[in-house]
Amino acid sequence: MSDRIMSASAALAEALHEEMARDETIFILGEDLTAHAGIFGQFKGIPEKFPGRILDTPISEACIAGCGVGSALTGMRPIVDFHFSDFVTCGMDEFCNQAAKIRYMFGGQVKLPMVVWCPDGAGLRAAAQHSQSLEAWFVHTPGLKVVVPSEAADVKGLMKASIRDDNPVMFFQHKRLFSKEGHVPADPEFIIPLGRAAVKREGRDVSLLTYGSGFFLCMTAAQELAKEGIEAEVVDLRTLSPLDMDTVAASVKKTFRAVIVHEACVTGGFGGELAARIQAELFDHLDAPVLRVGAKDVPIPFSPPMEDFVLPKPADVIQAVKAVCYR
Amino acid sequence: MTADKKDLLAMYRTMVTIRQFETMAGEYFAAGQIPGFIHLSIGQEGSSTGVCSCLRPDDYVATTHRGHGHMIAKGADLKRMVAELFGKATGYCKGKGGSMHIADFSIGILGANGVVAGGLPLICGAGLSIKLRKTDQVAVVFFGDGASNRGPVHEAMNMASIWKLPVLFVVENNQWASTTPQGSACALGDLCRRAAGYNMPGYSVDGNDVLAVRETTLKAVAEARKGEGPSMIENKTYRVRGHFEGDPQKYRDQAEVLTWQEKNDPVKRFEELLLKDQVLTKKKSKTVWDEVKGELDAAIEFAKNSPFPKPEDALEDLFVNA
Repeated sequence: MSDRIMSASAALAEALHEEMARDETIFILGEDLTAHAGIFGQFKGIPEKFPGRILDTPISEACIAGCGVGSALTGMRPIVDFHFSDFVTCGMDEFCNQAAKIRYMFGGQVKLPMVVWCPDGAGLRAAAQHSQSLEAWFVHTPGLKVVVPSEAADVKGLMKASIRDDNPVMFFQHKRLFSKEGHVPADPEFIIPLGRAAVKREGRDVSLLTYGSGFFLCMTAAQELAKEGIEAEVVDLRTLSPLDMDTVAASVKKTFRAVIVHEACVTGGFGGELAARIQAELFDHLDAPVLRVGAKDVPIPFSPPMEDFVLPKPADVIQAVKAVCYR
Repeated sequence: MTADKKDLLAMYRTMVTIRQFETMAGEYFAAGQIPGFIHLSIGQEGSSTGVCSCLRPDDYVATTHRGHGHMIAKGADLKRMVAELFGKATGYCKGKGGSMHIADFSIGILGANGVVAGGLPLICGAGLSIKLRKTDQVAVVFFGDGASNRGPVHEAMNMASIWKLPVLFVVENNQWASTTPQGSACALGDLCRRAAGYNMPGYSVDGNDVLAVRETTLKAVAEARKGEGPSMIENKTYRVRGHFEGDPQKYRDQAEVLTWQEKNDPVKRFEELLLKDQVLTKKKSKTVWDEVKGELDAAIEFAKNSPFPKPEDALEDLFVNA
């Protein structure tokens, strides 16, 4: 079947339409979902096609998350819309103390199939409380899966896999990328298994290990670097937990150099974890220290010159690549 | 008549089982045979038994750190409970949970929760699931007077009410939230008055009168099953033991504890009532206590003879298909 060009938002909606038609235990709940098919229009057509299966809640994040947990434990497959990923702080007990631990601490008695959809990321001049990239918090919580798609096809394939997964999945989708278009396979069984990274650009000189919005920075940087004779390999991790270390290792063993790129601030970010694993597992294959590129360690500021300054740019990736290539 | 003789005797047996289970747990904890820490519900048997006597096996219950009584009243297996307290591989959670995290999903127990008020958002999810699946189950959450002051309680009671979820909010007002007296932590004396703020029925009940608890719960359960929405029940009771076993309890006068134990013990009260009404005889009562002791002894024996989990079992059960 041929691919279509569609936006990440449309890819998400298509995944939800297909899965909700396939499995009647799937439902969506969150704030302000039906009036405009989600605040980003991400649920287009769902209120009409699946009435009663997309529910508007009060502004009660802890209870929205709890409704996800409790319904997942009792036979449903909830998709919890968290409005802005920044608001996960208001549901942290439900995510980290309940969802992440219930299967384990009760000895594997029960499954908890829940997807928490978190629109995240900066660049919309939305300031400090509507712009964060918080995925690392959840990678640090055993019992949660963490998915961060970049391209439209990844959004669709990973959302379908997340919905079908019997475990709680935190799904971070970048707000600024909703309208970004890409090829999406038409096959309704197109699914990207969780825990599988993709080498999206082959190269011999350096491995760019990235996810989410960082992927696009890396692709832009790679094109620029090619003009200077440096061929960067771009590995889109796609899921951070579980992590596809095999694909990372294969790439690093080929290039001997790694730069990790994400939009989240550098300190305590996922890059630190990945860098630690690379040095521990691939030390003999490295010709240079592993470098990280991410946002500066401040909250995201409002005013455009400051926000742009704080966020990582292709130039930062290029600079890091040149450093590890000693160029 | 909301309870026939068989029901009454079953409730009595449940209360005796909880009392003996908790007493046993306290003794084994003091003897160093139960790791960690445990919270006992001695003196609160009327609430757990009265509420759960109105439930079906497919109804849901979410409970608390002080949850042994709710588990037993909902029909949990004593052997697997004791084994879990002992940290054994045959326990309900294969030793991963302990006293504070026991669950039995096969009989609708969605788990004891170590986070105070943690069960309330979760029970709304169970209630929502019931509504979406169009069954006539009900979902009950137990919580304490301390938990009633937490934010998620507000969110959960509001959401349950607007969606008319089949949920019972059962607050066991046992007068003490850890070291804090109820009256100093909440502006209300009768916690059931909170229900009015959510436009749901609220009942204050003598929680040490098991039949009063049952009477009120039957009414609330019937309404919930009919789709008429949630209720709040406040069972006024008393935490006879410390917050946890080993609690030095410097915050309260032991005379207060003794008064409740001597004058308002829910097990004794129910026993006296059943004797007076000739539902129970002294002889039958002794038989019940002896039979329950026998069951508990067998459960303890089972737990003692069970193996500990292998250390590396700690790596199992994190994910489905992991």
